[in-house]
Order: sequence, then C-alpha cells, then structure tokens
Amino acid sequence: MKPRQQRMLAVGLAALGIAIAAGLTLRAFQDNMMFFVEISDVAAGNYPKERNFRIGGLVVGGSVQREEGSLDVSFEVTDTACVVPVVYNGVLPDLFREGQGVVAHGRLDDTGVFRADKILAKHDEEYMAPEVAESLSKHQQDVVDAAVAGAAECGGNNDS
Amino acid sequence: MIPEIGQFALILALSLAVCQGVLPLVGAHRGDEAMMAVGRTAATGHLVFAAVAFACLTWAFLTDDFSVLYVVNHSQLSLPTVYKISAVWGAHEGSLLLWILLLAGWTVAVSRFSGGLPPAFAARVIGILGLLSVGFLLFALLTSNPFERLVPAAVDGGDLNPLLQDPGLAIHPPLLYIGYVGFSVAFAFAIAAMISGDLDRTWAKWTRPWTTVAWLFLTLGIALGSWWAYYELGWGGWWFWDAVENASFMPWLIGTALIHSLAVTEKRGLFKSWTLLLAITAFSLSLLGTFLVRSGIIVSVHAFAADPTRGRFILAFLAIVVIGALILYAWRAPSLDSDAGFGLLSRETFLLLNNVLLVVATALVLIGTLSPLVIEMATGGKISIGPPWFNVAFLVPMIPLVLLLGMGMQTAWRTQDTAAWVRILRIPAMLALVLGIAIPWLVYGRVSVLLVVGCGAAAWIVITSLLPILRSLRREKGAAGITRSALGMSVAHLGMGLFVLGVTVVSAFGVESDRALRVGESIEVAGYEFQMRELRNVQGPNFSAIEAEIAILDDGRQVATVLPQKRQYLVQRSPMTEAGIRAGLDKDLFVALGDPLGDEAWSVRIQYKPLIRFIWLGALVMALGGLIAISDRRYRSGVRAKAVAPVKAQESPA
Repeated sequence: MKPRQQRMLAVGLAALGIAIAAGLTLRAFQDNMMFFVEISDVAAGNYPKERNFRIGGLVVGGSVQREEGSLDVSFEVTDTACVVPVVYNGVLPDLFREGQGVVAHGRLDDTGVFRADKILAKHDEEYMAPEVAESLSKHQQDVVDAAVAGAAECGGNNDS
Repeated sequence: MIPEIGQFALILALSLAVCQGVLPLVGAHRGDEAMMAVGRTAATGHLVFAAVAFACLTWAFLTDDFSVLYVVNHSQLSLPTVYKISAVWGAHEGSLLLWILLLAGWTVAVSRFSGGLPPAFAARVIGILGLLSVGFLLFALLTSNPFERLVPAAVDGGDLNPLLQDPGLAIHPPLLYIGYVGFSVAFAFAIAAMISGDLDRTWAKWTRPWTTVAWLFLTLGIALGSWWAYYELGWGGWWFWDAVENASFMPWLIGTALIHSLAVTEKRGLFKSWTLLLAITAFSLSLLGTFLVRSGIIVSVHAFAADPTRGRFILAFLAIVVIGALILYAWRAPSLDSDAGFGLLSRETFLLLNNVLLVVATALVLIGTLSPLVIEMATGGKISIGPPWFNVAFLVPMIPLVLLLGMGMQTAWRTQDTAAWVRILRIPAMLALVLGIAIPWLVYGRVSVLLVVGCGAAAWIVITSLLPILRSLRREKGAAGITRSALGMSVAHLGMGLFVLGVTVVSAFGVESDRALRVGESIEVAGYEFQMRELRNVQGPNFSAIEAEIAILDDGRQVATVLPQKRQYLVQRSPMTEAGIRAGLDKDLFVALGDPLGDEAWSVRIQYKPLIRFIWLGALVMALGGLIAISDRRYRSGVRAKAVAPVKAQESPA
C-alpha cells in the first residue's frame, strides 16, 4: 500500500474503532452508572426508583443487629440528620464498625429499607470516601443551624 | 542530623539535575562537546545524592527516629524490620523519593549503556531526563518533604497500614515504578529525536530495548499488585477496575502498543510519527496515573490522603510535559513520513490493527476512569462506573486482538502470499477450535459461545506462538535458528495465551460462597467439603489473631488444611483478613474469615478458583519474553563495539 492509502486505512480503522467504542460506552454507561444519593435525599424520597444506587454515611451506634448464626445483618446509616435502615446478607468488610463511615450499594425496597448487595468500609483510619465526608459536613452544619433555630429537621418524612 | 543530611542531599540532587537538564541540551545545540559531557557526570552525581537521601530516610525508619513526621505516621517500634524498610515507600512522600531514585538510576543506566549513540543525541536524552528529574525533585521538596520534623518527637509511631505489611507490597511499588519511570526513557528518546530531527531506524533500535525493559517491569508490577489484592485485600478478586489499577494499566496498554509500533519502525522505517506519539502518550499516562493516585480526587482503595497542592503541582507538570511534547510533535512529525509501502496482507497491517485495538482499549479504560470526575464537574452528580461495564467494554477490542495476534505472528513483513498463509494457519485454527470446545466441555462440563471464544483464542495464541519455536527446533542442520527477538516474541505471546485461558476459566467456573460455619461443622462448595476443625488465638509480632483450622476434603479424603486468620493489629487497632489459600496450578481453594456471628459461628467466604494461577503465570511468561527479546545480539553490538574486546566477542553466543 502507498503511504496515503496506509493513512486512510489507519484513520478509517481508528474512526471505526472509536465509533464502536463510543456507542458501546454510551449504551452500557446507562446501565452501569450508579448515583450517590445522600441519606437525607433518600429519606425525602429523592432517589432513583427501580435501580441501584449508592448511599454513604455513618453506621448508627448500637444499630447493628445480627441474626444469630446467619449472615443476615441489619443496621442504620445516618448523615447525622436522617437515618436509613439497611439490610445485607454476606460478609462485612474488616473496617465496618459502629460509628464509622460506610458506603452501601443496593436499592430501596417498598418498605423504605435499603437492601444492600455490597458494603464498603474505609480502608484506613484517615481515609473517608470524599462524597461521604462532604455529605456529613453539610449536615453537621444543618444540625448546628437547626439547633440555633430551635428545630430539628430531616428532609421531611424520616419517621416512617 | 541524618534527616537533615537527607534533605540537603535532595537539594544537591536538584542542583545537579538542573545542570544535567540544561548544560547537555545547550551543548548539543551548540555542538559543544565539553558541555555535552557534563550530562553524564551530573547524572551520576544526581544518582549518588538521590541514593544518599533515600538511605537517610531508610536509616530514620530502621533507627525508629520518631522525630521525623513521615516515620511517625508510617512505622512503629514493633514493626518487623523488613516492613520498616518497605514502609519507606509505603506512602506518598517516600514513594516519591523512590521514584526520584529510580529515575536517576535509569538516567545513569542510559548514559552508561548508550555507547553506540551519537554524542549529541545521548546528551539530549540525558538532558531531557534531567529536566524531568527537576520536576519530580521540586515536587518532593516543595510539597512532599519526607524529612519533615515533628517537634517534640513522638514516643512511638502510628504503625504502617496493616494492608501494606506484606511481602507482596514490599516489592510491588518498586517494580511498578521501574516500569513507570522507564517510560520516561522512551519519552526522552522521542523528544531528543524530534529536537535533532533525525529519526531514522537506528532511533527505534535504541529505543526498543529500553521500552521493553520498562514494559516488562510494569508487567511484573501490575501482576504482583493483582496477586497481592487477591490474597491480601482478602476477597479473592484479581482485578477490580479500580481507578488506581487502571492508572497503571493504561500506560501498560499503550506501552504494549509502543513495543509493537517500534518493531515496525525498526524493521521497516514506518509508523514513525505514530511511534513518537505513543512514546509521548505512554509517559503522559504514567504521569496521569501519578496525578490520580496522589491528588486524592478519585475514590480508591489505593489513594493516598488527599492534598490539593500536590494535585495542582502534578497537573501543572503534566500540562507542561504533554503540551510541550505535543507542540514539538506538531512541528516535527509531518517531516517524518516515509514512502515505503506494504501489502494489505502483511505483518505491518496486523501490527497496525494491534495498535488501533490497544489504543481503543486504553481509551475505553480512560473514559471509564475519568467519567465520574467529568460528570461530577459538569452536573454535580456523583456516579461510579462499575466493573461490569469495564468487563464488557474491554472485551470488545480484546477479542479481535487475541484472534489477530495469532495470524499476525505467522505473516511476513511487506507482503504475504495468501495461499501459503492459509496453508500455515489452517491446522492451528482447526486445532484451536477443537480445543476451544473441548477444554470447557470435557474438563469443566459446560460450554458457551464466550467460553469457546476464550478457550479457543487461548489455544490459538499458544499454538501459533509455539510454531516458530518448533520450526526452529526441527530446522535442517546449518540453517539459522530462531533469533532471541523472535523467541522473545513467541514466549511473550505464549504468556498472553496462558493469561487468556486463566481469565476465561476463572471467570466462568469460579465459585464464590458466603456461609456461616461452626467448629466441627462442614459445608460443601464446588464439590469440596470444608470442615472447621478448630478456632484458636495466635500472636504475631504486632498483632493478635484468631485462626481457624479448616480441612478441605475431596470425596472424604483430606486434600489440604488452610489456616485463615482474622488479625487485630495492636497499634492501629484495625482488623485484617488473612485468607487461607490452598494454591495449585489447576485451582485455588480460598477461605477467608468474615466476622463472628455469635453462637460459635463465623461467616466465611469460600472460593473455588480454577486456573487463577494462569493469570499471574501468564504475566510472568510475558515478562520473560521481554527479557529474552532484549538479550538479542543486535542490542548489545553498540556496547560491544565500544569495548576493547575483539570482534569475535560479538559472535560468541551469550
């Protein structure tokens, strides 16, 4: 082949490859994108329905309950303003502890319980997933504001 | 005192790196030999002082000098000595120091073994490496000083993260860094060639062995990291498409493309500007990886603690390197075109396809890695892209790649006679198809399209890789045997075949099960019976642990006993899972302790992982192939020619 044709071939192949890649990416992205939703938004009902998403916050002290001898575990996650109950069946990560940061992947069922299929805990003492840290600090401010205003608040309907 | 010496040595290394970066480049421009010669001397001095700084930090760790902040944060009195040494590069500041040391080491290696290079060219390469060193040394001194003091000194340290207290981690970063840093040599060669404007085939010949060395270390580093994640992160996966894993994988993919493109440039003088672009890209992606790991902008297991100043510095450095290199490229590359042509059916075509597919694969990984960042910046939404997407997207370019690989190896340069080609490939293709069906069906009892593609591709690569070796063994007396280069290629591709087989089988037939288990009880997973015999307490140097003794039975006959532990590290008070693994070439049986469930029961994760060892074995064989390829005679002729040894020495087999 002449250099010109070579270039055409190269460009054509690259364009084809990139087109396939782009199409595939866009299509599959839709299915694999998992949004991070703050606990308060979950409590207020602002979460993606019928699909998986991530939540993150602190494990509420004293909320971890195990079914004796089984892998079922339930606990609550809070962003210090609202609380979402979580159930999970499986082995918890090493650094999962009450009062510590946690991220859960899963979806909310009809009763308002988050059914997790994956639990992640931070991997070292200093590190906290940035989205969790951000969500917490935001609400800590809310709590302060609320205390000043004399009213506790959680997105709206946390008592359900 | 020692830490101050270390810091002073780092400053001296910086001043020498400035000399090394400026004088040879000016000298090469003016044709001033004395100035060019400064490069080598300055590089040696730079290495010496970088080594002194590194030794000082190591000393601070070994003597438990808790007046040094970095030591306080990453060591502790009862930490075993070997981990005190590996803790030196266990976090950001120290690993940057290792990077600096390795870059200086590579520079001196290049200056020592570049006897065959024209002096002006060698001077430019050393100069550019010097400028890169200046960037990294400034980074260390301005944002990440490993010798920072803590006043008053601490009594004891906070210990090394228990995850890192492992032999695998002791050598994983150095190997990876040798690879990363090695691509800066290919980068420097490319820039030097563009500055001087003479980019003939000898340029490719000089660049090739250095690139291959970098690639083989990166291969080993990534494989070791994957192995470490498998047994140490505790949960039996071997690749997670984690942002930081991807950061090391992208330079590997481009580096692989570069090796193949360099082959065309050396043999045929083609693809020159493309090769240059790949050399620039490989190094840029190494820098991007550094940025991702050290800026804390990406959520990852591996991410170092976040520090925006560091992120900004690397981003600025990355911008200077990439933009500078691309401007030079835009200016010089158009004049490099070659008129040589090649047939549609020729090795050149296959290598071109190889490059296109590898670049597409890299682009996909890059998109998947960076899109959460882009989407967050654009919409504020926080998303993550899961491994399932990567698994599917990555297969799209990989399936054609592995199929074309077998064909490309059997195709001649320039042009290949089609009839002869079909004749060579007919039987291997049929054999591969048969094996592709037989392996999953007969051995594992299930067959599907993807399994046939995976196992068939593996068989196809293995068979076509072995052909040249068989041909060489059966050659007539006196005929030339296979060259080291060709043998290296065959072996590396053979490794690829083993890797593909391992990935296919373990993905399809691996079994993973979370269960509750009591002492005296047993459960069955994948046809094996796992029996918990005993739970006991054990003491380590800096941890205490609960250890389970689990017997594995096959048809009532005991085949292994594994001892998984749940460790509690005493200083950081953090728990760690040490998996119990019965490793075998045919399969791994993996048991990890979860947590106590009350009533004497523990949650356990049990896994059956057939052929998982082939994944790392394949990577090892690939690296071996690289090693064989660089031992090819023609790469040593430059050094030999410079030596006083008689011409005969060149002909003696190595």
